[in-house]
Amino acid sequence: MEKKLYTIIIFSENHVGLLNQISIIFTRRGLNIETLSVSPSALEGIHKFTITTYTDENTIEKVVKQIDKRVDIIKSFYNTDEELVYQEIALYKISTDDFIALESSEELIRKYNIRILEMTKNCVVLEKTGHYNETQGLFDELSQKMKVLQFIRSGRIAITKSKIERLSDILEKYEERWKKTVNHGE
Amino acid sequence: MAEKKMKGSYILMEALKQEGVDTIFGYPGGNIIPVFDALYDYQDDFNYILMRHEQAVTHAAEGYARASGKPGVCIVTSGPGATNTITGIGDAMMDSTPMIVITGQANAASLGTDAFQEIDLVGITQPITKWSYQIRRAEDIAYAVARAFHIATTGRPGPVVLDFAKNAQNELFEFQPQKISIARGYIPYPDLNEKQVDEVANLINESKKPLVLVGQGVILSNAEKELLTFLEKADIPAASTLLGLSAMPSDFRLNKGFIGMHGNIAPNKKTNECDLLIGIGMRFADRVTGNVKTYAKQAKIVHIDIDISEIGKNIKTDAKILGDAKEVLIALTKKIKENNHSEWIDSFKAFEEEEYNKVIKKSLYPSVDALTMGEVVRKVSDATHKDAILVTDVGQNQMESARYFQYTKSRSIVTSGGLGTMGFGLPAAIGAKIGVPNRTVCIFAGDGGFQMSIQELGTIMQSNIGVKMILLNNNYLGMVRQWQELFYQKRYSSTPMINPDFNAIASAYKIANRKVTKRDELDEAINDMLSNDEAFLLVVEVEENGLVYPMTPAGETITNILTPED
Repeated sequence: MEKKLYTIIIFSENHVGLLNQISIIFTRRGLNIETLSVSPSALEGIHKFTITTYTDENTIEKVVKQIDKRVDIIKSFYNTDEELVYQEIALYKISTDDFIALESSEELIRKYNIRILEMTKNCVVLEKTGHYNETQGLFDELSQKMKVLQFIRSGRIAITKSKIERLSDILEKYEERWKKTVNHGE
Repeated sequence: MAEKKMKGSYILMEALKQEGVDTIFGYPGGNIIPVFDALYDYQDDFNYILMRHEQAVTHAAEGYARASGKPGVCIVTSGPGATNTITGIGDAMMDSTPMIVITGQANAASLGTDAFQEIDLVGITQPITKWSYQIRRAEDIAYAVARAFHIATTGRPGPVVLDFAKNAQNELFEFQPQKISIARGYIPYPDLNEKQVDEVANLINESKKPLVLVGQGVILSNAEKELLTFLEKADIPAASTLLGLSAMPSDFRLNKGFIGMHGNIAPNKKTNECDLLIGIGMRFADRVTGNVKTYAKQAKIVHIDIDISEIGKNIKTDAKILGDAKEVLIALTKKIKENNHSEWIDSFKAFEEEEYNKVIKKSLYPSVDALTMGEVVRKVSDATHKDAILVTDVGQNQMESARYFQYTKSRSIVTSGGLGTMGFGLPAAIGAKIGVPNRTVCIFAGDGGFQMSIQELGTIMQSNIGVKMILLNNNYLGMVRQWQELFYQKRYSSTPMINPDFNAIASAYKIANRKVTKRDELDEAINDMLSNDEAFLLVVEVEENGLVYPMTPAGETITNILTPED
C-alpha cells in the first residue's frame, strides 16, 4: 500500500501520562512520529494532539482505532493533507551583518512573507509560517546565502475543512451514551 | 452529619466492599503494609488468599475471574512486587479478563528519586492495561476504585492498575461511596446498528454453507443460550476458539469442535469451503487463521465484536456488527429465517472420521504401552461427568486437554490463550476453585509449567484449596520439543528436563498424591483423586515423544494439516 503523510487529531483528557499512552501505540507498529503538537483545546480540561506520520491507509486506520480505544482518549481521527487546513511555524536566527549584507532583504521578506521578531547588534530572528516546503524553502535559500545560526520548526497544527462536528457536540453525545451505559444490564 | 475521617488504607477497604469484592489475592511488602494493616480489621469481609509469588497472585485473580465472571482483585507491594505482576497483567489484557491490580508505591513526595522499591508501574503497564492510574492522595481513592471496577468489568473486560502511594494509604480523609463519574470517550457498549443487523441477517438467509466461529466474547456477555437459539434457528454449524470452548456443550448437535493450529480437522477445512464465515466475540488470532492470505478467501466474512479496533485488524471483513454478543444475537435471531443446512452439516462427517481414524483413536485408545496425554484427559473428564472446570498450563498439556476435555457447562475452561503463559495453570486453578467452590477444578500441567509455579503448593496447603492437579510428565518441554522434532531436525536444544520426585514434593506440602506409570493403574488413581474435596496431585508418566496432532504449522494455510504418519 502507498505510504503518505497522515495527520491524526486527538482530543483527550488532560491527565498525566497521556502522551505515553499515545506514543506506545506508534512504537508497537514501528511508526515514526514526524511532528507532534499538543495544546489545550477550546474546552477546559480537554487537550488536543496533532500528530503526523508516514504510513499507509490500512495501518493508520488501525492505529487510530487503537488510540481511540484508550479510556482517556475522547476522540481521535485521521486526515490526509487535502482534507485539512494546516500550518507550521519556523524561526531562523542569522547574524545581523549577514542580513544587512543581503542584496535585497526586502525582496526576501516579501517573497516569503517573513516577520522580523527581534534584531540586535549580533543577530536577527525571522519568523515564517506555512507548509513544510515553504518553511524549508526559506531555510534552503538563507543557507545558500549565509550561515543560519539556529533554525527551529514547530509541529503541524491542523483544522479539518469538512467536518462540522464540534467537540462540544461530541461530548453531548457521550453524555447520552453514558446514561445508557450506567443503565446497561439493570 | 460529617463523615468520620479514616486512613486511606481503610477507605480502600470500604471502597472494595462497596464494589462487592469478596476475595482478594495478595502478597505483602513494605510500601503496602498500611493496606494489609487495614485488611486485618476486615477479615470478616474478605476471603484473603496469601499466594507465594506476585505473578501467581495475578494468575489466581485471572482464574477467579474467568471461572466466576467476577473481577479478580490483587494487592501487592511496590517495586519487585509490582514488576512481578506484569506477566499476569499482560495475560489478562490479551485474554480480556477483568482484574484490578492494586500495588503499593513509594511516597508521592519521593517519586522520581529512585526511592527504595520505587518503580514507574503506571508507565510500564500503560500498554498492557485498559487503565493505569496512580493514587497520590487519599481523597482520590474512592474515585479511582469506582472508575477502576467500571473500566475493568464493562465492555471488553481487561486489567486495571491502581498504583497506591504510601502517603495516600496513611492520610486521613472521609470515605464517601462513589458512583463512577462519566468516563468521556469510553464507550463500552456501542449502540446496535439495525442496518448492520439487517445486512448480516440477509447474508445468513442467503448462505448455503455458513460457519460460525465462537469466541470468549459469547461467554463474557453471558450469551450462551442466545448463541444456541441462533444456531438452531438458522441451522448453522459452529466451532470454538480456545477461549470460546464450553460456550456450547460438547454434545450440542451443531458444535463442530475447536478451530486453530491444533483444532479439529473438519472446522479448519470447512473454513476454506464455507460461503459465509461469522466470527462472534473472537479476534481472528494468528493461531486461529494460519496464513491470512489464504484464509477463507472463498467466503463472505462477518465479524461481530464489541471492540471496534478488532474489526478489520487481522482479517478484512465484508460485514460487521459492532456490539455486545448477547444483544446482537437476540436482534439477529429475530431477523433470520428458519433454515436447514443438513447437507452442508453432513459434509463435516468425512473430516471427523478422518480425524478419528488418524488422530483421536491413537490418542484415546493407544496401541502402545506408553500413556498418552489425551487418554488421561478424557478419563478425567469422563470421571467428573463432564461437569468439571478445566484449567490448563501452556504447551502440549494445554492443547491435548483443550482437545479431549468435554463440557456441559459454560465457563469450564481457564487457559492462557493470547499470551501463552507457562506457569499460569496452578495459580489460576487456585483462583478458579475459590471463585466457584462447588465445582471440581482439574488442572492439567506439564512438568515444565508446573515447576514455574510449583511454589503455589504452599498456598494450596495453607488455604486448603481442593484443586485436582494432574501432572502430565514427559520429562521434556514437550511443545518446543515437538517443533524441534518436526521443524528443527530433532535438535533437542534445551528441552530435556531432569525432574525431581514430584510426589515427594507434594508429600512435603502434606498434599495427597499418587503416581501412575501404567495404563491399568489410571482409572483407580483417578477415582482415588476424585473421592473427596481435598487437593490431590496425580503424577502421570506419559510418553516422552508424544506429538499434538492435528497441527497446522505456524503461518501455513489453515487447511495444510499435519497428521501422524501411518
